[in-house]
Amino acid sequence: MKLLFKLAAKNLIGTGMRTWLNVIVLSFSFLIIIWHKGLLDGWDRQAKNETIRWETGGGQYWQSSYDPYDLFSLTEAHAKIPSAFDTLLFKGDIASVLITQGTIYPRGRIQSILIKGINSNQKLLRLPSSLFIQNSDEIPALIGRNTATDNGIKEGDLITLRWRDVHGTFDAGNIKVTGIFDTDVPTVDMGQVWVPLDRLQKMMDMPGEATIIVWNKEQKANVIADGWNFRSNEVLLKSITDLIKMKSIGGIVLYITLLSLAMLAIFDTQVLSIFRRQKEIGTYIALGMTRRQVVGLFTIEGSLNSVMAGLLAALYGIPLLALQAIHGMSMPGGTKGFGLAVADRIYPFYSLGLVVTTILLIMLITTIVSYLPSRRIAKMKPTEALRGKLQ
Amino acid sequence: MKKITIPVLMMCVSLNAQNPSAKEIIEKVDKNMSADSRVFTSKMIIHNPRNTRTVESKSWNMGEKKSYTEYLSPPREQGTKMLKLEDQLWIFSPETDRIIQISGHMLRQSVMGSDLSYEDMMEDPHLLNHYTGSIDGEEKFGDRTCWIITLTANTPDVAYQTQKVWVDKDRFIPLKKELYAKSGVLLKRMELSDVKQIQGRWFPEKILFKDVLKEGDGTEFQIMEIEFNSKIPEYLFSKASLKK
Repeated sequence: MKLLFKLAAKNLIGTGMRTWLNVIVLSFSFLIIIWHKGLLDGWDRQAKNETIRWETGGGQYWQSSYDPYDLFSLTEAHAKIPSAFDTLLFKGDIASVLITQGTIYPRGRIQSILIKGINSNQKLLRLPSSLFIQNSDEIPALIGRNTATDNGIKEGDLITLRWRDVHGTFDAGNIKVTGIFDTDVPTVDMGQVWVPLDRLQKMMDMPGEATIIVWNKEQKANVIADGWNFRSNEVLLKSITDLIKMKSIGGIVLYITLLSLAMLAIFDTQVLSIFRRQKEIGTYIALGMTRRQVVGLFTIEGSLNSVMAGLLAALYGIPLLALQAIHGMSMPGGTKGFGLAVADRIYPFYSLGLVVTTILLIMLITTIVSYLPSRRIAKMKPTEALRGKLQ
Repeated sequence: MKKITIPVLMMCVSLNAQNPSAKEIIEKVDKNMSADSRVFTSKMIIHNPRNTRTVESKSWNMGEKKSYTEYLSPPREQGTKMLKLEDQLWIFSPETDRIIQISGHMLRQSVMGSDLSYEDMMEDPHLLNHYTGSIDGEEKFGDRTCWIITLTANTPDVAYQTQKVWVDKDRFIPLKKELYAKSGVLLKRMELSDVKQIQGRWFPEKILFKDVLKEGDGTEFQIMEIEFNSKIPEYLFSKASLKK
């Protein structure tokens, strides 16, 4: 076996430029596949981590009528916060959120928004609820950077807010923007105004009520409350998982194209080798090698392409990928509108599993592609091969 | 004694006729403005800060709960139909051949960027059913003398907690309305004009709606043709009629 490897390596290097061209093309495939998958994994991790920090915490209890995809459900989606949550709420370890619809009039324009009330003392989510300064008649409000930019709102601005209370009666008042926060999670930013929970409960005539209760990561969600259903992060982050899965499937087309090019070159080289090296094959058999060993030799020669490509890719790829993992990749403007967490810069994440799986997969494919043309050797007659007769 | 009592009583009756109570005024306003059913063709002229658009439509209203509207122009909106039953509204768009449902807060949203909400456009509420009035005084509005009546909601489930209405003393028609939020913030102003006698009642053919929180010159709502208490087939107020 050792002899076969030695011989295969010698033959491969002896082929010269043809080998290096194969190796270079295959190394590109290695690099691009690892980079693309690393980028998606990085996006997935960032998006999920940010969404957990800003919105979902350790899962959420939803009032049974609440459906985030159906705005009509908001009319009914509110109920008294069960007393089982009282201690944790008091400590700020969990957060309760009341959601309703409203309209703001920035600069005389009309804009539909979601009004979200959150308890000011919460420490669970990154939302800077401590910025609710309640010492005036105006309703203190927090607005995300994107909503603020879209509507030309600045910190300290007074904006008229119109809403209707639990009975459907119109009410209106001024909100004072006490803070503008930066987040990569559009679902806490786009078209939303955050106000203190107690203030919104009063405005809506819904004392002690909420729509969702955000649980913390440290404790297992063990509260069973009538009319409230727990949603784990697996459910809440499903849209991110699905999007990444979809992007991964899209990436497969790229992988197949790249690998096909590389494999075509290897297959071609193998066919050419067997055609041109018939005398050599005959000599091997005459010297005592079995047909199987000769097939193995040619297969090893082919698959060594992937080993060399891996080494070459590591040589120039590791510095490149490491550089990008440190500095990240800037995302194009307008991606915030996707409705999913997209940071300004995505930092690729290359796990050991990803690298090893990619290497093994490419090596396996290369070996198969190398083996397929080599099977012809098994059918060769050694005497004919020795004479270099075409078979 | 009889000689004195009769003239005093007659004077009281005459004074009462000159100074009806707020309830009586609202009752008379309702008689003019509301009907069991209404069929009308209207023109809505929307004055936005950047442009002016005109939308024509035909509406069929039955009581306070049922309403059906079909847009006649502009060509882009032609064939769009709206059906409102109680608190739910369905809109059919011929372009997409689909019916979408609107309810809750959306009903209070503006219709096609105008100053009218779907509720304003499609409802015909009897004021007396929802409000108690008090006369605040008298004022000239244009060349008409009006009572200023403040309406306060009887029930908590009305859109506007308070309304201020300027009622023409002779014709019992509101000439101006101000709609207030619960907090007292003025939300909308309406000016009613071109008052004509139609089927034995006074009715304004032009209403200027102005969402005072929004920029722009408001929305003119002009009635081109109206018929009161006409028979409307019941099938019109079904979702099936939207696609017809």
